[in-house]
Amino acid sequence: MIGDKQIGTRIFNIINATLLTILALIMILPFIHVVGSSFATGAEIAEKRFLLFPTKFTLSAYKYIFSTDTVVKSVMVSIFVTVAGTLWSMLLSTLTAYGLSRKDLVGRRYIMFFIIFTMLFNGGIIPTFIVVQQTGLLDSLASLIIPVSINVFNMIILKTFFQNLPYGLEESAKIDGANDFGILFRIIIPCSLPAIATISLFYAVTYWNTYMHAILYLSDAAKWPVQVLLRQIVVLATGMNYDSAEYTDVPPPSQSVKMAVIVVATVPVLLVYPFLQKHFAKGALLGSIKE
Amino acid sequence: MSSEVATREVVKSKPKQESKLLKQIAKNKLLYLMIAPGLIYLFIYKYVPMYGLIISFQDYKPYLGISGSEWVGFEHFRRLFSSPDFWMILKNTLILFGLQLFIFFPIPIVIALMLNEVRRNYYKRAIQTLIYLPHFMSWVVVVSISYVLLTLDGGIINGVLEFFGFQPINFLLDSTWFRPMYILQIIWREAGWGTIIFLAAIASVDPQLYEAAKMDGANRFRQIWHITLPAIKSVIVILLILKIGDVLELGFEHVYLLMNSTNRHVAEIFDTYVYVAGLRQGQFSYATAVGFFKGFVGLALVVFANWLAKKNGEEGVY
Repeated sequence: MIGDKQIGTRIFNIINATLLTILALIMILPFIHVVGSSFATGAEIAEKRFLLFPTKFTLSAYKYIFSTDTVVKSVMVSIFVTVAGTLWSMLLSTLTAYGLSRKDLVGRRYIMFFIIFTMLFNGGIIPTFIVVQQTGLLDSLASLIIPVSINVFNMIILKTFFQNLPYGLEESAKIDGANDFGILFRIIIPCSLPAIATISLFYAVTYWNTYMHAILYLSDAAKWPVQVLLRQIVVLATGMNYDSAEYTDVPPPSQSVKMAVIVVATVPVLLVYPFLQKHFAKGALLGSIKE
Repeated sequence: MSSEVATREVVKSKPKQESKLLKQIAKNKLLYLMIAPGLIYLFIYKYVPMYGLIISFQDYKPYLGISGSEWVGFEHFRRLFSSPDFWMILKNTLILFGLQLFIFFPIPIVIALMLNEVRRNYYKRAIQTLIYLPHFMSWVVVVSISYVLLTLDGGIINGVLEFFGFQPINFLLDSTWFRPMYILQIIWREAGWGTIIFLAAIASVDPQLYEAAKMDGANRFRQIWHITLPAIKSVIVILLILKIGDVLELGFEHVYLLMNSTNRHVAEIFDTYVYVAGLRQGQFSYATAVGFFKGFVGLALVVFANWLAKKNGEEGVY
């Protein structure tokens, strides 16, 4: 009887672990295939002789994409938008979140409604476009940052975090004569580094992955971030250009070149992922806690 | 907090409530200074566009501006509802939403239950690390990976199909493959990430319950059925309700990236339609009207979903 049960448990565990392993492989193998192919020769890809790793490694795809400055430029644009955007968004989000976390802010409830309502309803694509145009941001990299300065969801995560810090921290600083800015920058932020790091990384990933705002607000190809370039190289080059207006007259790149550009557009995310992973589950959960 | 302020006011002041309020504000003026930039941002880029919605009742001409453009009443809405495009978009929206609800939604729950049954912590963490990863890839990357894998022109999937003697499939240009691709990409990107909230709910279950169930001879499936599932039921209900509020949010970027001239009749959704009609074809007012309709229905759905949540004894979202 007991023996049966143990065998049953063991079979259950093995099947469960196997299914989960298969799932994890499905999640990760497509990307590994892309990385592998980016190092393959064109001939090997054409003959489909490998699933994950080519037999002959070559850097020619990377040499090719870095031989002109198109990819380099767009990577620089993305790096700039990511760094500047993250700093700007964190400054605004932290200030707003801290102000709102303080109980002595009169009218906090109305202000919160003012903020949360923007999550429920918005003017939509065209009116927002007109405002971006009127504020003179069209065709500047600021259009990828200023119109999305604060992600309300991220800001509320920070606010919840600040609210849960012990109030004594602020009290003692106040007695020492620090003003609100002093308290925020010298006490609250140093005590909140895990939350600050998590939200910064959320912002950074969002800015690195920005695509929609670039196609909405930037018509100058020299300012395209890497995601837009990737789309041009991979999707439009397959001849299915729905948006023929954007079409550029480069010759269709080879498979391995496309793969290499995908890798370039993803690597920064992979680099921060280990750091992100440590905190993000907690961060994502904090956000689900009701205001 | 408002109750706290209120009590203070009742206790301390009777005649000069207003000046007390002003004093309270003046005392914390630095806090107001802190939140000012954020609020100004929200005002300019969120509330001014809401005001801009009035161009959906005008024949907006950019050089005339809002004040100079001619009023046309509900003309654009009438045009939308009488257009065959409207029914096509509505049908596509409902089908894509149905796919999200019936196919995607249960998957993270199942994965979370499976992960919870893993006894070795390092193994569980390793699986989690791998399945959360796709969430951080952009839609451009996800769609691009699909394209290079599925293309007829050297894609590995068709290579495998050919190897086993099947005909290659033109996944990218055949419109029947649009919906499967759409939902598979969502599953690939979000299924792992979606487990987090369920795993957190499961983690709060008292381990003694499992001990007791084991004593009573319950096997693993019965433990899942009688202990784990009831524990996460309220999370499931609230996420389900939230999903209803999201019927119209099908992902502009994702759909736009997948759309091409051969699959437009199954892929077009409100957002892509607004983008093409407004910014590509310059029909600002008409596109704004379409967006307004979408936003208004979206708001109504969120309010309805929230009411439904509260009615079911859940907390609601706001």
